[in-house]
Amino acid sequence: MILASFANVLVWAIWVLAAFACLGSGIAVISFTNPFYASLSLIGNLASLAVMYLLLSAEFVAAAQVLVYAGAVMVMFLFVTAYLGNRADAPWAGAPSWQTLGAVAACSALFVEVIVVVGLKTSGRLSHQGEIHSSFGRPHEIGRLFLTDHLLAFEITSIVLLIAAVGGVILGSHSRDTPMGGVQQ
Amino acid sequence: MRGPDVVWYLCVAGFLFSTGALGVLIRRSPLIVLLSLEIMLNGANLALIAFSRHFAQGDGQIFALTVMAVAASEVVVGLGLIVAIARRKLDLDVDKLSTLRG
Repeated sequence: MILASFANVLVWAIWVLAAFACLGSGIAVISFTNPFYASLSLIGNLASLAVMYLLLSAEFVAAAQVLVYAGAVMVMFLFVTAYLGNRADAPWAGAPSWQTLGAVAACSALFVEVIVVVGLKTSGRLSHQGEIHSSFGRPHEIGRLFLTDHLLAFEITSIVLLIAAVGGVILGSHSRDTPMGGVQQ
Repeated sequence: MRGPDVVWYLCVAGFLFSTGALGVLIRRSPLIVLLSLEIMLNGANLALIAFSRHFAQGDGQIFALTVMAVAASEVVVGLGLIVAIARRKLDLDVDKLSTLRG
């Protein structure tokens, strides 16, 4: 009994740490002027989210998050940031304009709205949880679901990835008609 | 399930989504707009996985993986566009890229 409550406190402590790291790094991403630091903060955000996925017994998704996002996607971001060099800097534009204030107000309203809807709609209904099997969230279970119940999502995902790869090659390749920096506005 | 209830995860997901939306609205650098989009998608992913655990159904995790693949494709195309813009020596500012405005 004491051991169970100790484990509960431990899970809460890890959750609070991960949640605050997640929120803090999210705010850091949108406030850094240097995109290099913003990308590094996003890696911290993704890592703390992976910790939360582990607490939700989604081991495979947590591993995929670290490998795909923090591994592949963020490396692409860092390469493009390095390619752009100084031009990638995004300084803040002086005093906050009415657009900025309006955006802050709109996003705060969005957040409050989410909290209110969650509080009103879920207070009674989400009280009891389903029991999970030991195979929940394992690669075996994910693969079974992907290839049986969600085969269409799997195939559409492969087509989307193929189209994105072709589009990335076309956008990134040099065209012979327009040499580097050929078209100026 | 030990630890916090699904409602706490939903609050974090909502906060992440609003933070990302704020970044998309107030930042003008296309790189940081893309990073903010990633935060929004991750907020949605967290909500999907929290509900998946709550109802003990694996389907939410499948959708989270699909969202991850879509996010990766979106980053590829977005970064390709940014490199193409930079190569044409245009300003990296989403407010100035208004040539297509009617």
